[in-house]
Amino acid sequence: MAGRPGNDSTRSLVALSHFIKPHHSVTLDEFVNAVSALDIHASEIISAASTSAGLDAARNSLLGRKNGELSRLMKSLPSLSPEERRDAGAAVNRSKTAIEELLATRQLNLAVTTELRSQVDLTMPARQQWRGSRHPVTVVIEEIESIFRELGFTIALGPEAETEWYNFTSLNFPEDHPAMDMHDTLYLSDDVLLRTHTSPVQIRTMQSTTPPIRILAPGNVYRRDFFDASHAPMFSQIEGLAVDEGISFVDLKATLTHFANRFFGSTKTRFRPSFFPFTEPSAEMDVECQICRGSGCSSCKNSGWIEILGSGMVHPNVLEAAGLDSERYTGWAFGMGPGRIAMLRYKIPDIRLLYDSDMRFLTQLAQ
Amino acid sequence: MNASYQWLRDFVDIDLAPLELRDLLTARCATVDDVVVLRQDLAGVVVARVVEAAAHPDSDHLWVTKVDAGSGVLHDVVCGAPNVVAGTLYPYAPVGTVLPGGLKLEKRKIRGAVSEGMLCSARELGLGSDHQGILALDVDAQPGARFLDVMPVGDTRLVVDVLPNRPDLLSHEGLAREIASATGRELHRPMHPPAVLVHARQVSEPVPSIEVVVDDTEGAPRYMTAIVRNVKVGPSPDWLAARMEAVGARSISNVVDVTNYMLHGFGQPIHAFDVRKLGGGKIIVRKGRSGERIVTLDGVERTLDDTMTVIADANSAQAIAGVIGGKGSEVTEETTDILIEVASFNPRGIRATRRKLGVSTDASYRFERGVDEAALSDLLNYAAELIQRVAGGAMEGNPTDHGQQPAPRSPITLRSSRVARVLGKDIPVSEMAKNLASIGFKCVVEKENLVVTPPTFRQDVVGEIELIEEVARLEGYESFSAELRPYRPGSRMDAPLYDAARSVRTACVAFGLMESRPMPFVRDGIDAHRVRNPLAEDEAYLRTSVLDTLARRVEYNFGRMLGNVRLFEVGTVFASEIDAETAAPGEAMHVGAVITGDRNPAHFTQPHPSHFDEWDAKGLAQSIAEAAYPGSAVKCVPSPGDSLWILSVDGVEAGSVSKLELDSPAWASPVFGIELNLEAVVLSSKLSRQYAPIPTMPAMRVDLALLVPDNVSADSVGVVIREAAGDMLESLVVFDEFRGAGIPDGLRSLAWALTFRHPERTLRDKEIQGRTGKILSVLESKLGIRQRSS
Ligand SMILES: [Zn+2]
Repeated sequence: MAGRPGNDSTRSLVALSHFIKPHHSVTLDEFVNAVSALDIHASEIISAASTSAGLDAARNSLLGRKNGELSRLMKSLPSLSPEERRDAGAAVNRSKTAIEELLATRQLNLAVTTELRSQVDLTMPARQQWRGSRHPVTVVIEEIESIFRELGFTIALGPEAETEWYNFTSLNFPEDHPAMDMHDTLYLSDDVLLRTHTSPVQIRTMQSTTPPIRILAPGNVYRRDFFDASHAPMFSQIEGLAVDEGISFVDLKATLTHFANRFFGSTKTRFRPSFFPFTEPSAEMDVECQICRGSGCSSCKNSGWIEILGSGMVHPNVLEAAGLDSERYTGWAFGMGPGRIAMLRYKIPDIRLLYDSDMRFLTQLAQ
Repeated sequence: MNASYQWLRDFVDIDLAPLELRDLLTARCATVDDVVVLRQDLAGVVVARVVEAAAHPDSDHLWVTKVDAGSGVLHDVVCGAPNVVAGTLYPYAPVGTVLPGGLKLEKRKIRGAVSEGMLCSARELGLGSDHQGILALDVDAQPGARFLDVMPVGDTRLVVDVLPNRPDLLSHEGLAREIASATGRELHRPMHPPAVLVHARQVSEPVPSIEVVVDDTEGAPRYMTAIVRNVKVGPSPDWLAARMEAVGARSISNVVDVTNYMLHGFGQPIHAFDVRKLGGGKIIVRKGRSGERIVTLDGVERTLDDTMTVIADANSAQAIAGVIGGKGSEVTEETTDILIEVASFNPRGIRATRRKLGVSTDASYRFERGVDEAALSDLLNYAAELIQRVAGGAMEGNPTDHGQQPAPRSPITLRSSRVARVLGKDIPVSEMAKNLASIGFKCVVEKENLVVTPPTFRQDVVGEIELIEEVARLEGYESFSAELRPYRPGSRMDAPLYDAARSVRTACVAFGLMESRPMPFVRDGIDAHRVRNPLAEDEAYLRTSVLDTLARRVEYNFGRMLGNVRLFEVGTVFASEIDAETAAPGEAMHVGAVITGDRNPAHFTQPHPSHFDEWDAKGLAQSIAEAAYPGSAVKCVPSPGDSLWILSVDGVEAGSVSKLELDSPAWASPVFGIELNLEAVVLSSKLSRQYAPIPTMPAMRVDLALLVPDNVSADSVGVVIREAAGDMLESLVVFDEFRGAGIPDGLRSLAWALTFRHPERTLRDKEIQGRTGKILSVLESKLGIRQRSS
């Protein structure tokens, strides 16, 4: 029963008026058809009633004792034979029950609407679903990743348990040198350790890829640092590497400056000399302190700058260790700590919060 | 490294303020982490002019003065100094100032005369011991000027973070060299205040001469000594004490301060022995003896071994070479004759020794990074001269010198074409030569190239690439363009595992889980790898399962009264097997998830939500596995072991779903865990889903309530139904399970909804009745299952 007003309903009304001339003689077929038409008509006017008063009027016009459509139809009953009358009466009863059901349902519907408008306190809280979220550090990693993807970088991964060769030797670390002091290492055996940085992925990538190489390697790294407010024995790092013919320090500066502008919003950057055994020249990149805008505050130790990443041109010894011709190819690399960036961004005072997995903390920073 | 601004000015004329100097050093060679203004205790003291000075009416040694401190009002100050002269400038501490001794000045009456503040002597300002009178200032300053601004007594400490490859910057001379190069000034050695005449001690008994023997030439490649006799050990002169204070060292005595002056000034640690305390008239540089003991200058008794180099007399060790001196031959106030040691020690030997002994000193720090062997002789003479100036005495004979003269540096060719390739900028050869020369590199131009000989104090420069870094540094990193240039995109595809990790994260987040990133260390584990040098015993092993660490995170939340915990992690687990080639443990990326507590947040319409159960866990497991392995057949197979289900992917066991037994409080609801290996099956290719026409024909649904024996699984019933129903069966769902009234023991009623549809025509009732009848008869014959009679 399509309740769409229009042709159908016009047709049914015509049929109805034709068949319900009171006291007119009719056949049983005509009578049953008239009852069906009445059913359709009833459904339409009940759906159309949008207020209690409207629904009352519809009830009256359908089931009213004197002038209701059904009563008027009943007035044709005497013209049928007694046998026919029994069937016709059953049809009338079925119709009456159906109409009453429709009226009741509609009444309930109208009541809910009215109740929502008048009796329900609409300031009561909404029904919620649990909302999931990625970790703040993952959010930062994925944001970094999306910027570098635009610049033709793809993702590479490497193992967390590494050999000394991949972690140190191939990366031009002098044996037993103060440069190692930054890399207090957790060892699994004489030669196997938990990688202290993601830089071994540089070597693994260069060994297996013909330039042009542009990769980003996010991952966990390990240091033998006691767990306190600013140190953790495991943290995330993200490494970048670009190797090709004709890659220069200008490309390093340009790409990382572009990254900083995208990630932090247009910002001032500064490159200052640094030292990593596997890059030469090496540079640390700072961005203007987002809190004081360069004028100096406690979070930038009054320098006006925040250290963001270490970078440099890949040392020729490293290219050679990975089997690339260092006269033909040049490259640059960087590494940064998404955890530290997340701490800066969300003003997290204690690194341990990133590991605790306290539901309240994760919910606070959910996005 | 702590650097004193004033000390740097001894080496180079600086017209930069400390903060400008910070920026220059940071941009050029070493980051300045902090700038500390010293003598802030004098911040309140101003320069003031005494306008009038009259004798105090009630005292014969006090003066009543009128003082102009620049405020426009004259202050009455009573002063007891004999040298107060009207018209002269003096340091003036106004009312409210706290002097270095802690005295807070207040307005008060002295013998009836009002006194507002104080004119200060040098001693009152902590500037020396002169208490004879107030400090007359011979400066060109207006009254009211801050005393610290006009007098060179203040100093600023620059805290410099020197990079491990630049030991030459661990001295004022080294930093000054870079400053001189950057500012175009001359680098020079400090001009010390003229020697104050120090009276030599009269010595009654003769002191033996000292014979120096170097046995351990590997540990001490070059070893020089000089003897200065008849010194007078005492307090340092003010200038020397001020230098010590400025770098944060304690002034000890004139002789000891000179040794520290050499360390901080020139980067060369030197040691002074008391000659009288050296037994047998001998200095022997040798390896330590196993079990040999020495009490070091810090008062600690240390046990040596034969890997360490020691400086001994004829009897016993007197110093641990390059690390720390011994108490036995310490220079004290009674010392009259000293032996000055200026040496170079093997960096790796020093590193090993200080690690073994757990003692790091300013000296070991520098020896570990290497000192300039070529400068030793020069610095020995400088130190001896300085000691004679501040402590008197005279050098005896010539210095001893053991070991090889350092080899001259070999020249390195620097190609300008290579510079341009690496740095992306053409730099004229002449400019490179000029810059390199300004920090001590010798350069010879050969056409387009430079032949460069690095100085002896730059042992870090070994090849062309290090020279290129010097070129870039001296040009200034800021001078290079930051314009993006054309590049070729990388030739590698994304690591497939990373894609899987990302999809899995999305699935977990969609389920309402929060991501956790805990550390993969666990207290113990069967078949787990042990870290050889763990930080703590409770994190000594590497986990073999992500749930191991996630479970601890759930307990952490329980401990904070948080019962609704929904966490996941994508992380590495370490297998017990060892990779044959690398000897490293096998690793795999796993995803783990835990759920416990309310299935949804409480709402006033449903104040007590139901709890997560195993069916939530099963559903989550399936959606995680489908996200990780798109297009693969994912199944939860009832587990024969401790877990509830085994997660199988294309028939391979890839994970599990379990109810976790945790250290849970009584109020906590059950905890379910899921673990899935993301590397269990290699996906052959990324299968994308295919379109199928949306059905246009009506479907017909039939519900069947079946009496199923407890030992027959729903899964096997489903298989039989599907087989018997044929192609027209579109979907099959169990929608109810019932045991109890009306159902015989050992049976249960499972209600199934079967939806039939034909793609091209409307199904007829008869057809479906026939099909249903067939299903029922096959169920009965194969599984003995009958329809439940209503
Ligand atoms: Zn700031």
